[in-house]
Amino acid sequence: MSLLYLIVGIPAISAAVLLLGGRLTDRWGHLLGALAPLASFVAGLVAFAQLAGGDDEALTQRLFTWIDVAGFHVDIGLLFDPLSAVFVLLITGVGSLIHIYSIGYMEHDERRRRFFGYLNLFVAAMLTLVLADDYLALFLGWEGVGLASYLLIGFWQYKVSAAVAAKKAFVVNRVGDLGMALAIMLMFATFGSTSFEGVAGGMGQASAATATALGLLLLLAACGKSAQVPLQSWLLDAMEGPTPVSALIHAATMVTAGVYLVTRSNFIYDQTETAQTAVVVVGLVTLLWGAVIGCAKDDIKKVLAGSTMSQIGYMMLAAGIGPAGYAFAIFHLLTHGFFKANLFLGAGSVMHGMNDEVDMRRYGALRSVMPVTFVTFALGYLAIIGFPGLAGFWSKDKIIEAAFGENVLIGVGAVAGAGITAFYMTRLMLMTFISQRRWAKEAHPHESPLVMTVPLIVLGALSVVGGALLLNGWIVDWLEPVVGREEHQDLPISATLITVSVLVVVLAGVAAAVVMYGRDKVATRAPSRVSPFTKAARADLYGDAFNEAALMRPGQYLTRSLVYADNRGVDGAVNGLAAVVGGTSGRVRRWQSGFVRSYALSMLGGSALLLLAVVAVKLA
Amino acid sequence: MSATPFLILSALLFGVGAVGVLVRRNAIVVFMCVELMLNAANLAFVTFSRQHGNFDGQIAAFFVMVVAAAEVVVGLAIIMTIFRTRRSASVDDASLLKY
Amino acid sequence: MTGSETAVPWLTILALLPVVGAVVVLLVPKGSALPKLVALGFSVVALVVTVAMAVQFDADGGFQFVEQYNWIESFGAHYAVGLDGLGLVLVLLTAILTPVVILASWHDADGGRWSANSFFGWILALEALSIGVFAATDVFLFYVLFEATLIPIYFLIGGFGGPQRSYAAVKFLLYSLFGGLLMLASVVGLYVVSAGNEGGSSYLLEDLMATDIGTSTGRWLFLGFFIAFAVKAPMWPVHTWLPDAASEATSGTSVLLVSVLDKIGTFGMMRFCLNIFPEASRWATPVVITLAVISVIYGALLAIGQQDMRRLIAYTSVSHFGFIVLGIFAMTSQGQSGAALYMFNHGLSTAALFLVTGFLISRRGSKMIDDYGGVEKVAPVLAGTFLLAGLSSLSLPGLSPFVSEFLVLAGTFTVSIPAAVIATLGTVLAALYILYMYQRTMTGPVRPSTAKLPDLRAREVVALAPLLLLIVVLGFFPKPALDALNPTVDRLLQQVGMEDPQPTVASEEGGS
Repeated sequence: MSLLYLIVGIPAISAAVLLLGGRLTDRWGHLLGALAPLASFVAGLVAFAQLAGGDDEALTQRLFTWIDVAGFHVDIGLLFDPLSAVFVLLITGVGSLIHIYSIGYMEHDERRRRFFGYLNLFVAAMLTLVLADDYLALFLGWEGVGLASYLLIGFWQYKVSAAVAAKKAFVVNRVGDLGMALAIMLMFATFGSTSFEGVAGGMGQASAATATALGLLLLLAACGKSAQVPLQSWLLDAMEGPTPVSALIHAATMVTAGVYLVTRSNFIYDQTETAQTAVVVVGLVTLLWGAVIGCAKDDIKKVLAGSTMSQIGYMMLAAGIGPAGYAFAIFHLLTHGFFKANLFLGAGSVMHGMNDEVDMRRYGALRSVMPVTFVTFALGYLAIIGFPGLAGFWSKDKIIEAAFGENVLIGVGAVAGAGITAFYMTRLMLMTFISQRRWAKEAHPHESPLVMTVPLIVLGALSVVGGALLLNGWIVDWLEPVVGREEHQDLPISATLITVSVLVVVLAGVAAAVVMYGRDKVATRAPSRVSPFTKAARADLYGDAFNEAALMRPGQYLTRSLVYADNRGVDGAVNGLAAVVGGTSGRVRRWQSGFVRSYALSMLGGSALLLLAVVAVKLA
Repeated sequence: MSATPFLILSALLFGVGAVGVLVRRNAIVVFMCVELMLNAANLAFVTFSRQHGNFDGQIAAFFVMVVAAAEVVVGLAIIMTIFRTRRSASVDDASLLKY
Repeated sequence: MTGSETAVPWLTILALLPVVGAVVVLLVPKGSALPKLVALGFSVVALVVTVAMAVQFDADGGFQFVEQYNWIESFGAHYAVGLDGLGLVLVLLTAILTPVVILASWHDADGGRWSANSFFGWILALEALSIGVFAATDVFLFYVLFEATLIPIYFLIGGFGGPQRSYAAVKFLLYSLFGGLLMLASVVGLYVVSAGNEGGSSYLLEDLMATDIGTSTGRWLFLGFFIAFAVKAPMWPVHTWLPDAASEATSGTSVLLVSVLDKIGTFGMMRFCLNIFPEASRWATPVVITLAVISVIYGALLAIGQQDMRRLIAYTSVSHFGFIVLGIFAMTSQGQSGAALYMFNHGLSTAALFLVTGFLISRRGSKMIDDYGGVEKVAPVLAGTFLLAGLSSLSLPGLSPFVSEFLVLAGTFTVSIPAAVIATLGTVLAALYILYMYQRTMTGPVRPSTAKLPDLRAREVVALAPLLLLIVVLGFFPKPALDALNPTVDRLLQQVGMEDPQPTVASEEGGS
């Protein structure tokens, strides 16, 4: 009897207890909430050991039949294969750390118990997503994490901005889900099955057009969930949520679901060059897009959000390359999960000490008052810019290498992205921890409590040693049963040269940031006279402006005119008909004048007419 | 003996009655004109009865007389009441029952 | 159409229970809680009987609990009732919603034109008639009951509710009568057509199914039925009575109207249009699918633009009914099973949504969305149930409407990709209309006018809980309902003469 269901079940039950239990659970709710993912993590470890030790390609467990109508049969089953395994450990592992951190971070929030309920709900949904063995069941988790994300972004929903951001995230995600839903329908129409096994088995006979359509539709879904261009606009707004949420959902796990989807659907993408190219292009555009936005933001969380977009762009790019890239996409996803969670939690720690100030222009010189946060943050920083030896170095280097193997231009784009990353992260580092202090008057920065710093230390350590997953190509071997591998890739230039050039570009980025922000005084207010380039980056490269002009305004106009047309047109036609009948009868009744003699006349006339008619009939 | 003269007389009487109903305002006169029309019809009934040699027409005429008598009773009573309350016997004045 | 006669006339008993209840409610003294308790008691007993029948129900057994007596022999009309899977599911829906509505409307009728006794009496009468409609297997009986349901709902709308209720009630009545008269013409036509049968004319469904109706005659008669059902459902462009009625009636009446009565429209399409006029149904499919898709998008867009919560929900129903009709006329197993399940799920989710907004409106006294804000802060339970009901309306996976909506879409996709794609767009709009309403009413800073809003009372929670519980349970485990519906749908598709399209590529796993 497999105990896989416990992995999902524990957080799900915990969420139900916390959300339905109401105030009864207020006192111990956060402890239960933090224990649930830990228990899940242990269960995941046991399963992992089973998988690694055994000969099976995957552990499976069929739970129950969800839908069964004629040919449409969907089981809820769990699939714990090497790909799912690393995700389960990432989600529950990093998730547990973030839960523990949240105990401290949310200590003064009167709704902390509910916060943990939502977090557990998220973990359960995310685990459903990665453990599902069927696209429709995956969709269940997919929308489940969307719901959790909605609830958590809008957790402080008395703020209008938070409520609007939550709605925006959900609606934009729904646009992506449109692709997912249509892809599942197409799978059913084509293969008569929506399970991974069924679809993979039928892909061989599917036409190229079907494969391309499936690939593009799934890419649309991935774009929505992973905030890739053109559905990127919600992620920056999502930073309205509490910082642990940003760390868990909008950095480490949920937003990487798109990469998971593409990797999981490798049997589809392997059949279609077009869709693969589309994935690569989306990844490349987003990695530059996010990085550019990151350069111009002063809100520490938004810089990190832009950075997240950008890093996920790297993963998408790698996943789009095919078997040569899947393993590295997942590798980068894992290391990114470590160091980005670390960075977000570090940012949270800074905010915690600075009265929830998020503007980096009001930070500065925090290294001495927050030593632990500073050191762990610095480790995350070094990891993300790809400092040799740290986790990010290994994973990003592999992706850039694979990108060069695909196409020189893509490789150059990826290297440029690394340079920009180095720039904005150094800028963030300098403005927050180094430079001069620019604190607000009432700010009394202090180091965070142990419950928050311990997770930081663990994640900082993981940011350093995360690269060990690549030792002896372990991650590639491990994932091979799921995604396959491509041993040899022809590189236009040698791998060493690529690594060196990346290091040079990164160094240049760091240097540029040091020159701009390291020596001069940083203004406490963002300068208003800046280049159009900076302006565009500050406005998220006009993503929102475009959405507003192209979709929102016409949409509002359309609904408003339709409401008008419905009241005046459709309903008006009916009411008009009623008015015509009423008006006619109003006229006609005037004939009832009340004058007896006119009635007599009409009687006479009527009788005469009748008589005439009778005579006419007789004569005819 | 031809029935034609009787029928012509009947038609004339009916015409006089009908015109009287249409043009006169005084309720009493209108009433008398209605009686005239009824009796014109009676004359026609009786004429045809004699021509056909049976009593059907005469029976119908009796019915008409009974109805006319009843009508006079009710009608005159109404006219009297209206005259008492409104000081007018004009049918045009009694036009409240309308749209 | 095979079925066995049962010794105990369960269906008649079930339909008479609320009638007796209605009479008792009218007899007990006014102005006390007694009539409400009596009404609740009778509706709960009816629910228990229904559940007992559902437990006995054999999914593969065709029509069950069959009773059949001659009624008007010269017309060929019978008192004939019986339940198949579709009928059972809808009778169950009626039986579940009636006690819920009674409990939720406890005080709603206190200020009405007539006494609360008559309000609850009419509700029970409506329950009885609805059960009769869903159980009738004789077209004449169905028609009589179909028109008879107008009487209680007319008085419920016109007697209890907002200031414009008389206008709304009359509008509703005229629309329904218009459709009903077209249907009457078709019913008369069926008499003429079936007169040619040996054994004389008969209104029994099974006899009519066996009757060969000429092509053009069949199409005309089909139209009479279909238009009546489309008005009832309601489909674009004959939908405008619904927002007015739903907006002016009390929330309990709106629930019965939208969740139960409107289902008669879609139920009738499946039970009568498709069974009696298979050829005409196939002939009409392209037009009906187009209208259904328009309804989906049009209803959703109009919902986004509404300022009045009740009108908004009414327009969402126009959209949802579009999905149901789309599923029915997709003529695939998935589409029709999905549509049938959708009727049940939509009943639950819309009922929950109407009731929660009703509770909200009764606290503040305004239907306008802009009069609210920050309710989540002061009434978290109310906001939570509101959100759950809303999420079910936007078909979140894991909640019951998702299963039915996805089945409808998947079933449509196999026959018409454009229709499925456009209808799927409706799901994006659904997220907008629900969350936009939630955002404007529940979130943001607390307004002075909403600061003292009390949270849900125990009675209100008890009324909502069964609905929300069913929504969640059926979201994960819709199998019992689908198992009951699948055989009905199979027989229906056989009668229409349609087969599911096969997957274009047979995977190694097969369709399993």
